[in-house]
Amino acid sequence: MSGWLGAAEWAAVFLSLKVAVWATLGALIPGVFVAYALARWQFFGKSLLNVLVHMPLVLPPVATGYLLLLSFGTQAPLGAALKELGIVFAFRWTGAALAAAVMAFPLLVRAIRLSIEAVDPALEQAAATLGANRIWVFATVTLPLILPGILAGMVLAFAKAMGEFGATITFVSNIPGQTRTVPSAIYAFLQVPGGEAAAIRLLILSVGVAMGALILSEIFARKIARRVGQG
Amino acid sequence: MSISVEVRQKFPGFELDAKFDAPAGLTVLFGSSGSGKTTVINAVAGLSRPSHARIVVNGRSLADSSAGVWVGANRRELGYVFQEGRLFPHMSVRRNLLYGQRFAKGRPEVAPFDQVIEILGIGALLERRPAELSGGEKQRVAIGRALLARPRLILADEPLAALDEPRKAEILPYFERLRDTFSLPILYVTHSIAEVARLATTVVALENGRVARIGPADEVLADPSFTPLGVRAVGAVLRARVAKHHEDGLTELNANGVPLLLPRLPQPKDDLVRVRIAAHDVILALQAPHALSALNILRGSVHSVRAGAGPGAIVAVDTQAGRVLARITQRSAETLGLAPGVECYAVIKSVSVAPQDVGAR
Repeated sequence: MSGWLGAAEWAAVFLSLKVAVWATLGALIPGVFVAYALARWQFFGKSLLNVLVHMPLVLPPVATGYLLLLSFGTQAPLGAALKELGIVFAFRWTGAALAAAVMAFPLLVRAIRLSIEAVDPALEQAAATLGANRIWVFATVTLPLILPGILAGMVLAFAKAMGEFGATITFVSNIPGQTRTVPSAIYAFLQVPGGEAAAIRLLILSVGVAMGALILSEIFARKIARRVGQG
Repeated sequence: MSISVEVRQKFPGFELDAKFDAPAGLTVLFGSSGSGKTTVINAVAGLSRPSHARIVVNGRSLADSSAGVWVGANRRELGYVFQEGRLFPHMSVRRNLLYGQRFAKGRPEVAPFDQVIEILGIGALLERRPAELSGGEKQRVAIGRALLARPRLILADEPLAALDEPRKAEILPYFERLRDTFSLPILYVTHSIAEVARLATTVVALENGRVARIGPADEVLADPSFTPLGVRAVGAVLRARVAKHHEDGLTELNANGVPLLLPRLPQPKDDLVRVRIAAHDVILALQAPHALSALNILRGSVHSVRAGAGPGAIVAVDTQAGRVLARITQRSAETLGLAPGVECYAVIKSVSVAPQDVGAR
């Protein structure tokens, strides 16, 4: 297998996987929370939150990356404060994971929010009359019913994180072994003479990941329709 | 064992201001749609908070706006049977039934699991998913789930409204059993007069957000002025005991010494039943009719005559079997000279009493 991809390409694949896994896991809990808030709560600033969450979807990725650099760069107050705590994002793989998480967040939230909206609040009321407090209602009724939606969102977020380029390269540059993910590697290979073959191999890999993710998320989406659709 | 309820809430163009005390047994909150019944029951359940509420169940205060008390739905210790069942689709019937138990530790159970399963006849369904149940089965499971949550009060919001007639006939007896087997207060919302007649110990009639009438079911239903759904729905309830099942398919009842013949009833001999006699199925005669196909002829005297807005009138006749209401034309009432104290005969066709109008006690 290692004969098919070169060492530099393997490094990019492994880094991308690591970045995507951490980005997806890191975005998960805030994603569920924000999705629940948007689906079920009425509060001041709800539309502002909605806009903020969707911002990375419409903003040029380079702009998002630059914003991240301005906030989390070692020169920025927030970045400097985090550095005191030993957390550094700029020009590290952790920064690539942060950028990927921010870019994948809207996809994650959208999928989970739709699944929460498909759950009949009447079921949650029924659970409450049977003695369950809010946390129990969520854990035993809402969560099991939206699980396929969460999985679908995670698959989409993972695929998005695997493919994230613009914000990543702006925020953490393109350092081999540190921040050179698959898309950055494809870009780098295309800059050097004779790099096309490696670029095409990584391209095929990317197409495979994207298609697999879309199919999986479709399957999960159908599952949730079946689960929630029947009373 | 009693419920005391006081709920006030302003809606656009409508003001709910309901106040009633109900004794033990099954209290029916009765009224047409838009009369405020669901708002009241959801306030009792703690699902929606009205601007003013004072709710006491068996001496425990669940809500008291003047003292700032509002107990959350999950701490009210009740069992709510909803119109659409609301079973959890991702759980088996067994897990649905046991859902409330973990939150009810330390409270006495209403009945053990096995007894609830047996009474409701759902033993064969335990491993199924709600999606695999019929409408009637779902509602039986919903009743079981409410009972097994060890409630101190059972609430039911039009639990039969979503079912077709045969399913209604299937589920009604379970509520009768609930009422007669356990000493739990039950608050039951409906707009069906047949359900009131079969189930109610006490009737609370809501009209435009206010309690128009409250009292024991027999009394309220036998009152000719009680026509909340129009004169077509008027009918008194007689109490009787099953005396004999005849071979020609008729069942003979004994209503305070008066024999009543009805089409075959499922209840065994000596069971107490309540029979609703619709007012439009009763004919009045001044002399004892003979050579008549109708089998039930009750002798009595007119208690009151109440003319309606149209050509009809409701005549209340006190017979030995109990008070019967008859809906006749005002012209007939005048021709016969019906007035309080006049002796007459109430004629009831056996076949006009539908099986769903006969229930336990």
